[in-house]
Amino acid sequence: MSEKKQQVSRRQFLNYTLTGVGGFMAAGMLMPMVRMAVDPVLKESGHGGLTNVSLAVEDITTEPQRIDWKIDQVDGWYESEVSRSAWVFKDENDEIQAFSPICKHLGCVVSWEGNESYPNEFFCPCHNGRYYKSGENVPGTPPLAPLDVYEQEVRDGMLFLGDAVPREEA
Amino acid sequence: MLQKIYDWIDDRIDITPIWRDIADHEVPEHVNPAHHFSAFVYCFGGLTFFVVVIQILSGMFLTMYYVPDIENAWKSVYYLQTEVAHGQIVRGMHHWGASVVIVMLLLHTLRVFFQGAYKKPRELNWIVGVLIFFIMLGLGFTGYLLPWDNKAFFATQVGLEIAEQVPFIGTQLKTLLSGDPSIVGAQTLTRFFAIHVFFLPAALFGLMAAHFILIRRQGISGPL
Repeated sequence: MSEKKQQVSRRQFLNYTLTGVGGFMAAGMLMPMVRMAVDPVLKESGHGGLTNVSLAVEDITTEPQRIDWKIDQVDGWYESEVSRSAWVFKDENDEIQAFSPICKHLGCVVSWEGNESYPNEFFCPCHNGRYYKSGENVPGTPPLAPLDVYEQEVRDGMLFLGDAVPREEA
Repeated sequence: MLQKIYDWIDDRIDITPIWRDIADHEVPEHVNPAHHFSAFVYCFGGLTFFVVVIQILSGMFLTMYYVPDIENAWKSVYYLQTEVAHGQIVRGMHHWGASVVIVMLLLHTLRVFFQGAYKKPRELNWIVGVLIFFIMLGLGFTGYLLPWDNKAFFATQVGLEIAEQVPFIGTQLKTLLSGDPSIVGAQTLTRFFAIHVFFLPAALFGLMAAHFILIRRQGISGPL
């Protein structure tokens, strides 16, 4: 073969080959490590079941009451009981509402009528976030979304709650 | 694109001489397996370094899941092995790599010994190499305890009693390693973890730097 016909020089060929083989080896080495590191992002989040929160339906009033219950949480290799809370009441249509107390602004905990100046509202003490009784955020206060709603079910006259899910925006 | 980024940086801080110093050097004929196949024995040092790089990387990633605590160490390793994608592979790399490092180190040492490459003026580099060997043994010893299973526990118990046999300071040395005069437990595990991931690697990096600077300065020994 003549020198002129060579479109890829010997040096270039070696460079490409070495880069290719080296890159392949490096990728083979790093791929499992990176896959392991990003595993939490790719894992499907477990969907919790419903838990009996020890509240009889007949005890639910139109006044929101705070209820606390425990769920079993599996955190990697660590299992523990953690507490959850909800504000539960019956709305004007006699439907049970169970709101997450986690403020949609920055995650503080809201209370029903938590501030004397704002009756009939949920109030977050961190940045004066407010929500109407329906859970809708009061316009002009820090929260940008209504309070999350717990999945719920009534079995044998008892209230069962699951995970809190954001409600669909209209 | 890459060339442009490189030129932009090189234009300002002149990095070409730096990497030339690191990467661009003559490989003598007697060291090149393309000329004499038996020259593959010169690869063992580089292979040791390669496996050390694997150990460092896989170890860094393993600490994302591992907890050095007697309640959780075994559970976190079990979780990593069974629940995390590719966790078994990464721990496997670290586990087997630990043995392969020792094998490569020994082969490298044998080559240097039988070729007499340690002789004047390279005695200092031989000493640095022996120190690296001790560091590696220390890494193996401290890493063995970390999964906190029965094998790890009893192997460390034996290892600590070996340390106790050292004349005069044996008892103190054992306590220093285990963090408690009689218990192999919570304090031993955290200590071994700290030694395994901070102290010994720091010493290893220093010694490896010295090893490589010396070989570059003195050049590789001549043909037999």
